[in-house]
Amino acid sequence: MWDYSETVKEHFYNPRNAGPMADANAIGEVGSISCGDALRLMLKVEPESEKILDASFQTFGCGSAIASSSALTEMIKGKTLTEALDVSNQDIADFLGGLPPEKMHCSVMGREALQSAVANFRGEEWKDDHEEGALICKCFAIDSVMIEDTIRANNLCSVEQVTNYTKAGGGCSSCHEGIEELLAKVMAERGETFSPAPPPPKTKPGKLSTLERIRRIEQVIEKARPNLIRDHGDIELVDVDGKTIYVSMKGACSGCQMEALTLGGIQQQMIEALGEIVKVVPVKAVAPTKLPA
Amino acid sequence: MSALPPIYLDNNATTRCAPEAVAAMLPYFTEQFGNPSSMHSFGAKVGHEVKAARASLQKLIGAEYDSEIVYTAGGTEADNTAILSALKASPDRKEIITTTVEHHAVLHLCDQLEKDGYIIHKLKVDGKGRLSLDEYRKLLTDKVAVVSVMWANNETGTFFPVEEMARMARDANVLFHTDAVQAVGKVEINMAESAIDMLSLSGHKLHGPKGIGALYLRRGSRFRPLLRGGGQERGRRAGTENVPAIIGLGIAAQIAREHMAFENTQVRALRDKLQAGILAAVPNAFATGDVDNRLPNTLNIAFEYVEGEAILMLLNKQGIAASSGSACTSGSLEPSHVMRAMGIPYTAAHGTIRFSLSRENTEDEIDRVIAAVPPIIAQLRKLSPYWGENGPITDPEKAFAPTYA
Ligand SMILES: Cc1ncc(COP(=O)(O)O)c(C=O)c1O
Repeated sequence: MWDYSETVKEHFYNPRNAGPMADANAIGEVGSISCGDALRLMLKVEPESEKILDASFQTFGCGSAIASSSALTEMIKGKTLTEALDVSNQDIADFLGGLPPEKMHCSVMGREALQSAVANFRGEEWKDDHEEGALICKCFAIDSVMIEDTIRANNLCSVEQVTNYTKAGGGCSSCHEGIEELLAKVMAERGETFSPAPPPPKTKPGKLSTLERIRRIEQVIEKARPNLIRDHGDIELVDVDGKTIYVSMKGACSGCQMEALTLGGIQQQMIEALGEIVKVVPVKAVAPTKLPA
Repeated sequence: MSALPPIYLDNNATTRCAPEAVAAMLPYFTEQFGNPSSMHSFGAKVGHEVKAARASLQKLIGAEYDSEIVYTAGGTEADNTAILSALKASPDRKEIITTTVEHHAVLHLCDQLEKDGYIIHKLKVDGKGRLSLDEYRKLLTDKVAVVSVMWANNETGTFFPVEEMARMARDANVLFHTDAVQAVGKVEINMAESAIDMLSLSGHKLHGPKGIGALYLRRGSRFRPLLRGGGQERGRRAGTENVPAIIGLGIAAQIAREHMAFENTQVRALRDKLQAGILAAVPNAFATGDVDNRLPNTLNIAFEYVEGEAILMLLNKQGIAASSGSACTSGSLEPSHVMRAMGIPYTAAHGTIRFSLSRENTEDEIDRVIAAVPPIIAQLRKLSPYWGENGPITDPEKAFAPTYA
């Protein structure tokens, strides 16, 4: 049995705003019956103010899918569309007192239905490339598609690297066998064979100009941001001093237990992007000019 | 939670350990703690009682010799032992025949063996979960190390013709293993008259304790142990015996034998009543599997356009315990491999609920479940975007048009 919070159960047993809405002017639909969950979000939006006057849902899915839909409608009623878009999937999960890692996709579905409904209202096309695979890392709720994509995009070749980039495998470590299998699969695609030995450090020859160096540092930071924002935080580049890169962690990322892991991953990417050994150091102040040695 | 007493209809997942079995086990944690292998009086009595328990289990499955029983830590270990032993015993044979609907204890092992270079033939099933013996016959060659086919499916209760398949395997000189974890204790089994070489069983499915099971190993069958060490179980499964559990399983086996007729009459009648009652009251629902040829205690119903976990949660709220083949209950994205293998459409596969009864269920309980289910399904269908005022939306994939799927 899932360890659902009381709030999840309450919203499942007594869903708010359930049922079709005849005069909806913004409709978002995500999922499908073959995936096992599908959600239709219906909004009544005041055209001038873009204020959400009413929200309702119809959901085919498990307990947490129904609870997430119910929570979402409660959270966005009365907000403007722009305000509503600030509601992240993590906010939905938090509202419900947390979701089991296997069920986080239910909150993601809620968030996507919202994006889809807003796009529908504004006459935009909303496309999502979000795809889910089998859950590999239960500690941090990372699925196989995310891990495979990350391995592919960054040419990873060790479990340690996968952990640095995605957090997967950074907790109880029970999923390391699964991660090794994904590594073997993706590495085979690029004609390499996975070996459990740690990879030799790769350093790119040639010196970068200062401008190119900063540009690459910024690229790494920009790449890291969407994931952090999704987790309720953010990161900002503060300063670069020789081989030390100062960043400021914001929101939920700051001081969270994952901060070190996240920074480790970013540092690893910096090292690979710059081809030199650098250190990524978090600072608390907004933009200090003098930093402790 | 409801004020009414809970109703347990998940006996294919596990059963309540019979109170008689629990009582018989208790002294073996305290006064009778001796090691049956020891050369002193602490061990001697224990050794004697283990022998009696073994004889009881022997009788339940109609084995010719008590030494054909090798205790294991459950059904999973018995399955793994049987298949790995067969491979070790015939290193030149690199093929295995099994089915698409086995328990994960067999399927996931076979998946791993496939990665290790073995060829796994998974027999397909039809819409009712039945095998084709023609397909099977063609695969039975001298390259096959072992056939592993379950006696009864844990999700639908469907029986496979294992006796006939074992004879075919014997004629082809191929070892035959059956995972009978769901069948032992529910249907008559007579290994003395059978061509089956190896059979797995598990204590906790027949009102015995958890963490104990056995592999039946026909005398003369070639065998290689999974665990080596001390000489327990005649060197076929090393490790000090789980004496309390072996004693408990012995009692459970005896009670199961005494209730064999009851299981196949009264329990079956309750199951049939449950099926008829639910299907009469709920539209767009059907029983899955080979309904005329299945375990007497098992009923698997697919409810279209609703999701299984949601059904379970609402049942649980009324104190009714069942299980589901839906993806959500397992945390995976796919509905159960058994439902997919039978080609149950997605519109129904996510809404499959398994009710598995035992001799402990009463008619009152079944009446309560028959009354509880229809409103639950109706309530969830009202929430579903695939369900309209009076029934399913005619073309669900069109009526619901997600921007992505
Ligand atoms: C058909 C089948 N085989 C094997 C097992 C595993 O048995 P155990 O839990 O004793 O390891 C089960 C139980 O879930 C089962 O239903």
